Amino acid sequence: MRLTAESIDWTIQGHRLLKEVSLSVADGETFGLIGPNGSGKTTLLRVLAGLRKPKNGRVLLDRVPMSGMRQRDIAQVIAFVEQQAETLDRIEVHEAVALGRTPFLSPLRPWSEDDDAIVSQALVDVDMLHLANRLWHTLSGGERQRVHIARALAQQPNILLLDEPTNHLDIRHQLSIMHLVRQLSLTVVIALHDLNQAMECDRIGIMEAGRLVDVGPPRDVLTTDRLYRTFGVHADILDDPIDQSRIMRFRSAI
Amino acid sequence: MSPLILFLAVMAGTAIGETTIPMQTILKVLANQLWGADYAVDRIDAGIIWNYRLSRAIVAACCGAGLALAGVVLQALLRNPLADPFLMGISAGASTGAVAVTISGLGAGALTLSAGAFAGAGLAFGLVVVLARAAGSNTGGGRGAQAAGAIILAGIAGSQLFNALTAFIITKSASAEQARGIMFWLMGNLSGVRWDDVVLGLPAALGGVLICLWHRRALDAFTFGADSAASMGIAVRPVRGILIGGMALVTAVMVSMVGAIGFVGLVIPHAMRFLVGSRHTRLVPASALAGAVFLIGSDILSRIMVPGQVLPIGVVTALIGAPAFALILVRRTRAR
Ligand SMILES: Nc1ncnc2c1ncn2[C@@H]1O[C@H](COP(=O)(O)OP(=O)(O)OP(=O)(O)O)[C@@H](O)[C@H]1O
Ligand SMILES: [Mg+2]
Repeated sequence: MRLTAESIDWTIQGHRLLKEVSLSVADGETFGLIGPNGSGKTTLLRVLAGLRKPKNGRVLLDRVPMSGMRQRDIAQVIAFVEQQAETLDRIEVHEAVALGRTPFLSPLRPWSEDDDAIVSQALVDVDMLHLANRLWHTLSGGERQRVHIARALAQQPNILLLDEPTNHLDIRHQLSIMHLVRQLSLTVVIALHDLNQAMECDRIGIMEAGRLVDVGPPRDVLTTDRLYRTFGVHADILDDPIDQSRIMRFRSAI
Repeated sequence: MSPLILFLAVMAGTAIGETTIPMQTILKVLANQLWGADYAVDRIDAGIIWNYRLSRAIVAACCGAGLALAGVVLQALLRNPLADPFLMGISAGASTGAVAVTISGLGAGALTLSAGAFAGAGLAFGLVVVLARAAGSNTGGGRGAQAAGAIILAGIAGSQLFNALTAFIITKSASAEQARGIMFWLMGNLSGVRWDDVVLGLPAALGGVLICLWHRRALDAFTFGADSAASMGIAVRPVRGILIGGMALVTAVMVSMVGAIGFVGLVIPHAMRFLVGSRHTRLVPASALAGAVFLIGSDILSRIMVPGQVLPIGVVTALIGAPAFALILVRRTRAR
């Protein structure tokens, strides 16, 4: 499913956090959002997820404007993993993942065995099945993040929005989550800080102070000049002799 | 099984009191009244059972269930373990509303009283929310977690304000006799309860249970906050409105009948979370049942604790509830 944003503006308490952001993510594409802290990545993802209504501009799912859709219909196609979401409730891992089935259930359409199977599969996908009965507050940071991702997968979305999904994960799980995301053949928008991970995306967009200043394939966008202007770092860009992929090394902040 | 427990509790509430009435007699009176059976029973016993104790036990059950559910809903939606209708100022507002209606003499029917209480409850809760928003954005909040502290502070302020208003209205406009009656009722009192109150209280309690059960998955979806609920397809504003509005109405009906009873809405949901977990499919019925049984039990205690005297039921629930509340606070800080 194609996800389109048309010149989105978002303002809160006089602060204009998003300025005329337009972007279009094709069906099955993995789109990376890169930018310094506070540049508006999370804000943009919230708008794309339908959690914030833009003041100007609109979001389209295929050709349908999101503003006319019910929250439940949106949730049946879009899943969103927040940067941080915590709870004090005593819930077990499988109960947290089961929340992902909410948009498909109603008082007249109760929980079924299919839902159980979907929840188990989501737990397997993030390698958390062995902890299915653990209590939430006993989990480590990375395990919590994997549960959130499993919850989103249990929503069986067409579009997956991920806000820094790998920032607590050990290197093995970083790679396996990125691999999983790539082979799911969903439309994915993913906010990232690890620029070497961003190289894996089909295209990336650079956020700078609420604007989307550049969009394109990672090799074209992530140049030494760009890294210098947007992030204020000196970097060397190398080609890995083994598989010719790009590697960035960061020397110093300005 | 739960209907059985509830039935036994109501029976106990009917049997135990200053004079304890044997179960047989109660069943005979029930049979006489409900199925027109013709058992010979003492006229006075029959009167006490039917006109006085049975209606009282049923209303106690309704209030307990209603207040416990109000606590479940507020705790789930405000993401705050300390939320309950008493602490959030809803009960205080309802008292003010009910007292204002009583004294202004706008008609003393149960319905007008409830309407007044609902207006007061709505006003108080609105004020608390506005205050919490203002305080929350000052402390850099706005997001659920930071706003949690603000809403408790605002609730305390709101409760104090409305309790003061109630006292003011009473002092200014009530006769000495009215004042005494109202003060007794304010602390929670079931002795004036009759069948009229059952007619109002039973639908309110059942309605509360139904609303909560219907929205049980929405209540679950708030586990990780309002944004997360929205991303799982919950229309946050309308659902919040229906649930909190509904629970404010239930609280108002209960307060207008029996006064502001504290701690039920706080302690019962937490106790039930430990027993059945925090998923609302089980938590809602469990809390309603436990609240009902707890309030019937408290009512029995209030009648027999001091021989020859009837304690306000609010005193009993507070005697049990305050230590339980302290326990919750201690556990919370340990869990951090
Ligand atoms: N309610 C608010 N009021 C004022 N400013 C806000 C509010 N919410 C967010 N901001 C600001 O908006 C900017 C964008 O925030 P956002 O969370 O989208 O950044 P981000 O790109 O996700 O950053 P990070 O990499 O740190 O996650 C930040 O400067 C933030 O301080
Ligand atoms: Mg962010």
